[in-house]
Amino acid sequence: MRQQRSFIAFLVVPSFVLLAAVVFYPFFYNVLLAFGNMNLNRIREWELIGIRQFVKIFTEPTEPGFYAIFGKTIIWTVANVFFHVVIGVILALLLNQNLKGKAIYRTLLILPWAIPQYIVALTWRGMFNYEYGSINLILTRYLNLPAVEWLRSPTEAFIACILTNVWLGFPFMMVVALGALQSIPHELYEAAEIDGATWWHRLRTITLPLIRPVMIPAITLGTVWTFNNLNIVWLVSNGGEPSDNTHILVSFVYKAAFNFYSFSYAAALSLVIFLILFAFSMFFMKQSKATEPAY
Amino acid sequence: MPIQPKRTKLLRLAASHAILILFTIVALFPIWQVAHISFRPGNQLLSTSFEFIPANATVDNYVKLFTERDFLRWIGNSAFVSLVVTLTGVAFASMAGYGFSRFRFLGRKLGLLSLLTTQMFPATMLLLPMYIMLIKLGLINTYLGIVIVYSATALPFCIWTMKGYYDTIPTSLEEAARIDGCSQFMAFYTIILPLAAPALVIKALFSFMTAWSEYIVAAQILQETLLWTLPIGLKSFESTMSTEWGLYGAASLVVMLPVVVLFLALSRWLVSGLTLGSVKG
Repeated sequence: MRQQRSFIAFLVVPSFVLLAAVVFYPFFYNVLLAFGNMNLNRIREWELIGIRQFVKIFTEPTEPGFYAIFGKTIIWTVANVFFHVVIGVILALLLNQNLKGKAIYRTLLILPWAIPQYIVALTWRGMFNYEYGSINLILTRYLNLPAVEWLRSPTEAFIACILTNVWLGFPFMMVVALGALQSIPHELYEAAEIDGATWWHRLRTITLPLIRPVMIPAITLGTVWTFNNLNIVWLVSNGGEPSDNTHILVSFVYKAAFNFYSFSYAAALSLVIFLILFAFSMFFMKQSKATEPAY
Repeated sequence: MPIQPKRTKLLRLAASHAILILFTIVALFPIWQVAHISFRPGNQLLSTSFEFIPANATVDNYVKLFTERDFLRWIGNSAFVSLVVTLTGVAFASMAGYGFSRFRFLGRKLGLLSLLTTQMFPATMLLLPMYIMLIKLGLINTYLGIVIVYSATALPFCIWTMKGYYDTIPTSLEEAARIDGCSQFMAFYTIILPLAAPALVIKALFSFMTAWSEYIVAAQILQETLLWTLPIGLKSFESTMSTEWGLYGAASLVVMLPVVVLFLALSRWLVSGLTLGSVKG
């Protein structure tokens, strides 16, 4: 028994010490900061000032304000996850048939996932260039459409960020969906076909319900990742350009912390973001009962 | 079984190929763009032509990248940081994951829940406090600082998914080994660990890629040019007044090549390795 206890300690304690130092301690430090008034001039002599930072977040009419950015974050997350899942599942369905060159398609289609995100972001930023970017060249030359001021107007810049992120995110959902599809027993489809079920019917009554248990955790994870994805917005819009109009919450906090050095304000906002995500995940997981066997 | 008319079937096949080809082109287009720019001669960097291979293709940009810039140094820096993060991540996750999978102890459930919760932290939630800590400890502009931050981000997910993988290995294996007189540690080390090799490889890949491709944290912690890792270096081509697209393209291609090859080689195990933990517990 004692031997077992020391073995468990040997396994788990090193990680816990490390996690305590680099995850739990910063977490509580962040909470503390959120109730303080630290900024670049007051790194050592800061004090607790209560909930003033939170009041500032929710009431102060900064430009752009919390509610506008929060709204944008929701649009960002929903649009991205929606297209990731829809494109991912459609491609997975197509790849899950007897098709020549299936393996080649599959390999090429996951490439966007394999490329480092910052390279994706910087490359797309180049492609959105007004004069020389290939997107505008395609629009004007082949589709006879007017060129778009991608990076200079707020809405277009935000759409540019979303397009980039949709591109890099669909392979993950595709691979997850493909895995789920392959585990559906073939007999189910045969039986359905004998009963004369149409393609649409089979999709709705067999395929979608059976890939659901795998997709729900993947979607939850995808939502959290997208909500928190700082790389793309930051690098495609070059730090929120034009004039801080393309921020989502995480990029706004990053700017507050590292460009304006309002440490306590940023800590408070981080905490708010975390609580939003935590509430969402708990609610979503409970609704779908997807992680029940997880413990 | 209703027999599908041959024409409908053919049509469906054609449509499938059409959609797949369309998306493949979309997936490959930016990569082709980067490659294209990297082989363009200096006077055509802003060329607007769509030839498949640029006119007068040259490797000038690559030569310039390796001889006139600190590119090799950035590669060395990135490789060093990434390897240290990978080794730490795999070592800690392989042990802690096993502990969580096989034993019931005080704080286990809380530990697991907090591992999962860390996934919901916005990047700044750990970065900001750690940044302030690193300032106070004098670890800004050191590799130790960045390794600490990277490990903190990668480790919880690695432990969680390793636990999931160990859960799929039957306990009867260790029991049999124990009856044969193996110590608990030897049973873990000689029997279970080799079986978990596929998951360990995925963890290694994941940790390596996290560190190899990270810009946001590195930009704050490594401000000295000599310490720069690849992402900061590549961004520097873009942030000067006029972007050095040729160098950027060449560097991007060199940087992404090893990761993409590794990723594709391991892609078959990638999803099971990443999601097994979260899906099947």
